[in-house]
Amino acid sequence: MIRAGRSLARDAGKGASGGRPRVTAGTGRAIDAFRTHRSLALKVLSAAIVFGAWEIAGRVPVSYAFPTFINSMLALMRMVFDGSLFVAYAETLQPLVIGVAISALVGIGMGLWIGLNAASRWLFSPIFIVMQAAPLAALIPILVMVYGIGLTSKVFVVCIMAMPVIVLNTASAVANTPGSIKEMATSFMASDRDVLLKVVIPAASPIIFSGLRLGVSAGFIGAILSELKITPTGVGDIITYSRSVADYPSMYAAIFSIILLAVVFLNLLETLENRLFEGNNRGYVSD
Amino acid sequence: MPPLSEVVVTLLGLVTTPSFLDALATTAYAFWAGVIVAVVIGIPVGILMGRSRLLDELLLPWVNIFLSAPLTALVPVLMVLFGFGMRTIIITTTLFAIWIIILNARAGVKNINRSLVEMSRSFGATPLDAFFKIYVWAALPEILGGVRIGVIRAVKGVIIGQLLISIVGFGALFELYASNFLMAEFWAVLIVLFALAFTLSEFLAYLERKIAYYAASR
Amino acid sequence: MSQIDRSLGRAAPAAPPADIAVSVRGVSKNYGDVQALENLSLDFPRGQLTSLLGPSGCGKTTLLKIIAGLIPASSGSVEVDGRPVEGPGPDRAFVFQDFALLPWASVLRNVAFGLELRGVARSEREDRAARYIREVGLAGFEQSFPHELSGGMRQRVGLARALSVDADVLLLDEPFSAVDEQTRRKFQEDMLALVETERKTFIFVTHSIEEAVYVSDQIAILLPRPSRVHEVIRPSISRGGGGNIRRDAEYLDIVDEIWASLRSYVE
Repeated sequence: MIRAGRSLARDAGKGASGGRPRVTAGTGRAIDAFRTHRSLALKVLSAAIVFGAWEIAGRVPVSYAFPTFINSMLALMRMVFDGSLFVAYAETLQPLVIGVAISALVGIGMGLWIGLNAASRWLFSPIFIVMQAAPLAALIPILVMVYGIGLTSKVFVVCIMAMPVIVLNTASAVANTPGSIKEMATSFMASDRDVLLKVVIPAASPIIFSGLRLGVSAGFIGAILSELKITPTGVGDIITYSRSVADYPSMYAAIFSIILLAVVFLNLLETLENRLFEGNNRGYVSD
Repeated sequence: MPPLSEVVVTLLGLVTTPSFLDALATTAYAFWAGVIVAVVIGIPVGILMGRSRLLDELLLPWVNIFLSAPLTALVPVLMVLFGFGMRTIIITTTLFAIWIIILNARAGVKNINRSLVEMSRSFGATPLDAFFKIYVWAALPEILGGVRIGVIRAVKGVIIGQLLISIVGFGALFELYASNFLMAEFWAVLIVLFALAFTLSEFLAYLERKIAYYAASR
Repeated sequence: MSQIDRSLGRAAPAAPPADIAVSVRGVSKNYGDVQALENLSLDFPRGQLTSLLGPSGCGKTTLLKIIAGLIPASSGSVEVDGRPVEGPGPDRAFVFQDFALLPWASVLRNVAFGLELRGVARSEREDRAARYIREVGLAGFEQSFPHELSGGMRQRVGLARALSVDADVLLLDEPFSAVDEQTRRKFQEDMLALVETERKTFIFVTHSIEEAVYVSDQIAILLPRPSRVHEVIRPSISRGGGGNIRRDAEYLDIVDEIWASLRSYVE
């Protein structure tokens, strides 16, 4: 909002020095309208450039394995209309949903415990800090050996990818509750339980939520990785199968669809986050 | 799961074997190549996006998309386009690292204290002066923060790339140990890998803390 | 009250001092629909300290930045020594409210930064910077970094930087608002000494009535919505006598008077 306001002022300033002594409400609205259209137009232009480049690169072609944009989209349409895409997603989303749900429950619980209890912080937070920095994907072969190639392994992959960021965000959020508002609650006779439920958790919820969003983002990586690495099912199956039969449009279409799904879903989460915690934004980069 | 003592003994024996050193060298090469490409491209692109509104509006949607997209899904495409070798792994690493580097460099330039810019103007700085004496330095904390997160992502990228290609570096090693049930070896390699990743990330966090006073005094 | 010269609206002061260093003629400034300044005129006598005083939102910082050439006026003109302002120039130096120090540079480099941008050779600019660092009382801190200094010391660095470029006009944007009360009083006393010794024209933005009356030769009271000069006051408090200005009856009268005219604009 601030950025938009500032650029608006700058634009108006330019206009004024160009001979207009006064900017009326009407021209202000016109500038506003121009700005929204400009932003939208540039988004469309930007998409057109990228997809156009894809189309041209596919027509040249830069590689035998690089289909055109239009062919890929046609393949996507075909998969949508014959229903195979929905069957595939029903399978792909299973480990993702289960894994993210488990990660959220266990992760927030662990995070609260670690954040509020000094002893558990000493014990557990190093483990999650290492997990956060380490390439946990390397654990997949072991998970397969222990849990086989079924759903359990895939859920585990999603969990190990999604959980660390949820735990760490929750822990640091509750550990860093501003002391003054906790003291305020105590001074008004709040019990420990009240302080936790009415002050600490509400104050921490924006950061916990963004931890969840980052967890979902990592969970998507885990779900796809497990389908590509463990056994090809769902969307991973479409990708692997169409690659083996050199049906590249279908392969690109499947990849396009999963990236689109993830991006749209994560953007919805982010919008929800901004709605829920408006005015509460303290930019927290955690990865 | 093998006892820790056995893993440690195996680890000590393993780290000098040619196959381990070879995997380490291959991985390190792919990792650094990928990170360097991401940094060399990412920082200037981010700074340009922070300065130019047109460029920003054209590129930002894509940077945001690739930042949150599950890039793992792109690895099969890279495999068919660039083959099952080093090139694919380097590109995967770059793809994992570059977006957050761009975004942070952009944020660094955008968040510059306006009065620093006004100060340099009031003392008659040229645009070039302002760029090299103010913008680059003022954005440094954010740029370094982006590089740190980018490097952590690159570690994950290089391993995911190797796992999916599975005939190069640690990917091949894991495949070998897993299919032969060499658990002690497997855990030994995992420990080395995790320790390296952790050390790297802590070192970068230390660098970032060293210049944290910047951010505080802005 | 015979010691107060007043003039309403845009009229020039009744008894203008002969020598005008900076003159603002009919300046307006719009931000979109918001009018920050409307047709404002004001003269700043050479070698004196003029305060721009007013409630927040009255456009005093905007006016100062227009004089500095940092933002263009929508209409009207500003002249410094008879030359119109078209951008920042070496005849003016700015002191920022938030200090605007380079956090990555030492005190010495920060003070010398204005000279560095003017292309003054390193040894010369560092000599000059060191002299002004001593003058503002920071000797010994040349190699310190801004984050190692207190707020008051940081603003002394900002002041030394502005002095070192030897501009005729010093523009100070609420320079003491971010420092504590004791430091502020010391600063105010030092300011009076600086006006005495440096023989420069000071333009000083503040929202503190006491501060304005304490340090100023001339006070321009600005009022918001639309922004305009409400009145110009020239306090004739004797500063040389060594007595305590804050107990001077005229000082107290003027403070009360200004508060009476401003209080209805403070929400």
